[in-house]
Amino acid sequence: MNENVLNAGRTGSAGAWLHRFANPGRFLRLVRPALPWLAVFSVVITATGLVWGFGFAPADWQQGDASRIMYVHVPSAWVAMAGYAALAGCSFFSIVWRHPLADLAAEEIGPVGAGFTFVCLVTGSLWGKPMWGAYWVWDARLTSVLVLFFLYLGHIALVRAFDSPERGARAGAILALVGVVNLPVIKFSVDWWNTLHQTATITLTGSPTMYVGMLWPLLFSALGMSFGFAAIVVARTRAGVMERRIRGLLMARAQQEAGGRLDMAA
Amino acid sequence: MTHLTYIMAAYGIAVVVAGGFAVDAWARMGRARRRLAAIDPRGRR
Repeated sequence: MNENVLNAGRTGSAGAWLHRFANPGRFLRLVRPALPWLAVFSVVITATGLVWGFGFAPADWQQGDASRIMYVHVPSAWVAMAGYAALAGCSFFSIVWRHPLADLAAEEIGPVGAGFTFVCLVTGSLWGKPMWGAYWVWDARLTSVLVLFFLYLGHIALVRAFDSPERGARAGAILALVGVVNLPVIKFSVDWWNTLHQTATITLTGSPTMYVGMLWPLLFSALGMSFGFAAIVVARTRAGVMERRIRGLLMARAQQEAGGRLDMAA
Repeated sequence: MTHLTYIMAAYGIAVVVAGGFAVDAWARMGRARRRLAAIDPRGRR
């Protein structure tokens, strides 16, 4: 009976399906050919969106050229939130199915997500200064995104705070799952409270209230940055899998050598 | 173009942070692959 069948018996069909992809060797084989394509695609699409937004899209009739900051600010905000949702998803898989790759992916998503949240906060400040007259206001949207940044930092610190990586991953997973409550707060903060930050221009249910000449470069930037985020996380996870394998091999070799010395002494 | 300094700073920050993560990830992957090949030369990864 192979290992997958045994896992199916222990964890149910969903768990068995997931454990098929928990094999690090299978993960490395799957991502090795896909990663360069993902990277090239994300660079091309992001560059297209940014160049289009910076040089060719029309300026906003009220905000002027400062609205071009939108093409880096909005995609980084979407990616920061989607990254946290991915972190929470990995944490869920980790807690429920003890998926080892989910632990590793969560550990690698944290710093990248924090980076994109940082970009969102800084570019928002750079947009706020000429439009609102201040780099920062304690507005509900800005504050909830700052909380997201702190949640990422807390996760980064927590998973590395334990001698046992498993305990660190479990503590980080609990924090990530608790922090999910912040995502709807960010999304609906502009509707629930009276904020300086504008309400959503693009929604899933309605048509966008944005000129199409500005919408397309924004969508290109968002798509490119999303694929870029995925490529970076997959590359870091791939490196993490190999680093774990190196640690395992070195430990096995050290144990063998120690055993050999004990045998010689006996 | 109005507010060019703010626009350039915003684009610069985004490119530097995203590019920095990308370069770091690729370098880390290359280091790990070389080290693993040196320790366990059973095949390419």
